[in-house]
Amino acid sequence: MAVVFKAPHALVDVPMHYCPGCTHGIAHRLIAEAIDELDIEGKTIGVSPVGCAYNNYLYFNCDMVQAAHGRAPAVATGIKRCLPENVVFTYQGDGDLAAIGTSEIVHAATRGENITVIFINNTIYGMTSGQMAPTTLLGQMTTTTPFGRDPKVNGFPIRVSEMLATLEGPAYIERVSLHDVRHIKKAKEAVKKAFRVQLAGKGFSLVEVLSTCPTNWGLSPVEAMKRVEREMIPHYPLGVFVGANLEV
Amino acid sequence: MGQKLLMKGNEVIAEAAIRAGCRHYFGYPITPQTEIMHYMAKRMPAVGGVFLQAESEVAAINMVYGAASTGHRVMTSSSSPGISLKQEGISYIAGAQLPAVIVNIMRGGPGLGGIQPSQSDYFQATKGGGHGDYHMVVLAPASVQELYELTVEAFNIADRYRIMTMILGDGVLGQMMEVVNFRDEEKIETFDKSWAANGHDNKREHNMITSIHLDPAVLEQWNIGLQNKYKLISQNEQRYELYNCDDAEIILVAYGSVARICKGVIREAAEQGIKLGLLRPITLFPFPTDAFDKVLDIPKAFLTVEMSSGQMVEDVRLTIEGRKPVYFVGRMGGMIPTVKDIMSKVKEIKEKHD
Amino acid sequence: MFLHEIIIAGFGGQGILSAGRLLAYAGMLEERQVSFLPSYGPEMRGGTANCMVVISEEAIASPVLNSCSALIVMNNPSLEKFESWLKPGGVLIADSSMVHKKPERKDINLFEIPATELASEMGNKTYSNIYLLGKLIKVTGCVTPENFEKALYGILSKSKHQMIPEEMEVLRAGMDY
Repeated sequence: MAVVFKAPHALVDVPMHYCPGCTHGIAHRLIAEAIDELDIEGKTIGVSPVGCAYNNYLYFNCDMVQAAHGRAPAVATGIKRCLPENVVFTYQGDGDLAAIGTSEIVHAATRGENITVIFINNTIYGMTSGQMAPTTLLGQMTTTTPFGRDPKVNGFPIRVSEMLATLEGPAYIERVSLHDVRHIKKAKEAVKKAFRVQLAGKGFSLVEVLSTCPTNWGLSPVEAMKRVEREMIPHYPLGVFVGANLEV
Repeated sequence: MGQKLLMKGNEVIAEAAIRAGCRHYFGYPITPQTEIMHYMAKRMPAVGGVFLQAESEVAAINMVYGAASTGHRVMTSSSSPGISLKQEGISYIAGAQLPAVIVNIMRGGPGLGGIQPSQSDYFQATKGGGHGDYHMVVLAPASVQELYELTVEAFNIADRYRIMTMILGDGVLGQMMEVVNFRDEEKIETFDKSWAANGHDNKREHNMITSIHLDPAVLEQWNIGLQNKYKLISQNEQRYELYNCDDAEIILVAYGSVARICKGVIREAAEQGIKLGLLRPITLFPFPTDAFDKVLDIPKAFLTVEMSSGQMVEDVRLTIEGRKPVYFVGRMGGMIPTVKDIMSKVKEIKEKHD
Repeated sequence: MFLHEIIIAGFGGQGILSAGRLLAYAGMLEERQVSFLPSYGPEMRGGTANCMVVISEEAIASPVLNSCSALIVMNNPSLEKFESWLKPGGVLIADSSMVHKKPERKDINLFEIPATELASEMGNKTYSNIYLLGKLIKVTGCVTPENFEKALYGILSKSKHQMIPEEMEVLRAGMDY
């Protein structure tokens, strides 16, 4: 019988610990499919973050290094500078990348470090139970903004892709979403392109992935997907910010 | 044979690292160790290595973490306030059991403190420094030649035990010039690096470098493993120098540049008919308890001399366990103990015990 | 015992540290034990600078000096700071163009050379330290002029080697002053 659908080799065949309706699993799968299709598992080293995905080194079949909170781009830099012919990616959430790790991501980007960053933006801290993230939308209720994010107190949400796009270092930056099949397919292409950019030695690539956190948002999985489309995309528009015409 | 050069301590550390096969250096500028960076910036490209000026101390130590994960020899260096910033990464490196070398050319603290030599980071260096039950191996050179020898050795120890090794010096050692004799060729030991995350090339299971173990039973076992390693290191790697101890009335205990000053004191005391010896720890972790066992019965008392308020003296007391009196004299803030400072303490002790 | 503990002090920019390095290098060429410890930090930028040089036949205990057998001073504050460091019978060499105070000590050997003026007359102010080193070498014998010359070749970049014959003339002038 013809196999029409199977788990990617780059994913370890174990149950993931993510909540129902969380899109981490989808993002992992897209990365793994890209690794399979580019046939780079043997030479890829992934860097795990601090956050819900802290132990995704158990899920990817390539070599993995777990990093301190926010430091994944620095860790990836260390790896890549030792192994320039290998493929190095980081997987980071919005607290990790856009709060505690702001310095590391900005400088890895401006150095044009030849690594790929998969940036999961779900507007909240998941692992520590629902605190405000730098990307939390105005008015959004979290455990640390129980009355909604107030710009007078908490400032404004950061648009990471747009901010990094002002730098000269990055070769490719795109924001994608996982809220429906059509967008998941586009996200897959973006992830794959990011790896190809690295393989071609073009420099820093980042894919910002709009994701869900039904548990901490207090929404059902279906409602969570709708929130991404209705509330997040208007604030975080999808598209390519750097490297739209880059052929790799 | 070999190569005899008049070189600055900081530059010798950098050259020694390169000779030891280190091809990756990540750092951030801070006085009084910046010449290490300058030297690396110039030399690394010439030997096909990587020098990278990081955006912060935090980034630099995490680059070291990444590079060490691949099994490559890697080093960073800083001075006291910068080492404080690096503590996060040091703890992770300890937790993940990665080999790497770090240099601390100490200056006076706390806070921004000053830039003159100090030994006030002894606690931080030997007792962990960051969070968690861990140690680094801490080497304390006292001459430019030793900066060379011990930097090379630091890489071997790091690889042998998968541990971070610290070269703990001070502004005097970093800035001074002495003659260094380089060997024609370094004997670079090779070590098993099958644990490294360097791409499995479809030939083995995937390797994972991590310091997180959420199951406390697992984390306890992991910690027991670490402690066993430290015990092994303590058995195998204690280094020290005993100088003039055979019939010493008082044995001075000092490391690094202060030990050099103490040797001057010993000469001056001899002219006055006072017999002093020196016990110089070369490894601060593991603390050379063996050395104390050897000389314990000889003197009337021990006198610890430091450029601090008295940090190593606690380990001296823990080792001697009340069997002999232990005294302390020190200076702080970048002031260096003078021969006079030490001699007057010696005389005070002598009066008490004669 | 052959032991020279030398302090050189003055303003940053007077060639204090290079003078010390040259002595240490020459000492190395004579198979002596040597150490050179410079002051460091912001004081290098136009403030005061000093260095400690030890040249010895035996292993050097400490590169950090609390006293010295010879002292070169190139400004007033240096004389004030280090005069008391000189051992009885020690050698004090002062650039009298810059040091206008007289030392209070009577138990030392004082040599005054208007080094900065002599260097200006020569047309190269940076030679002032060499005049003083000439006198130091002559009076103490800490290194030989031959090895000092070799030290110049060893330390100076190639582009400056053409200046060395002139510097050696200055050194000899300092020795004979």
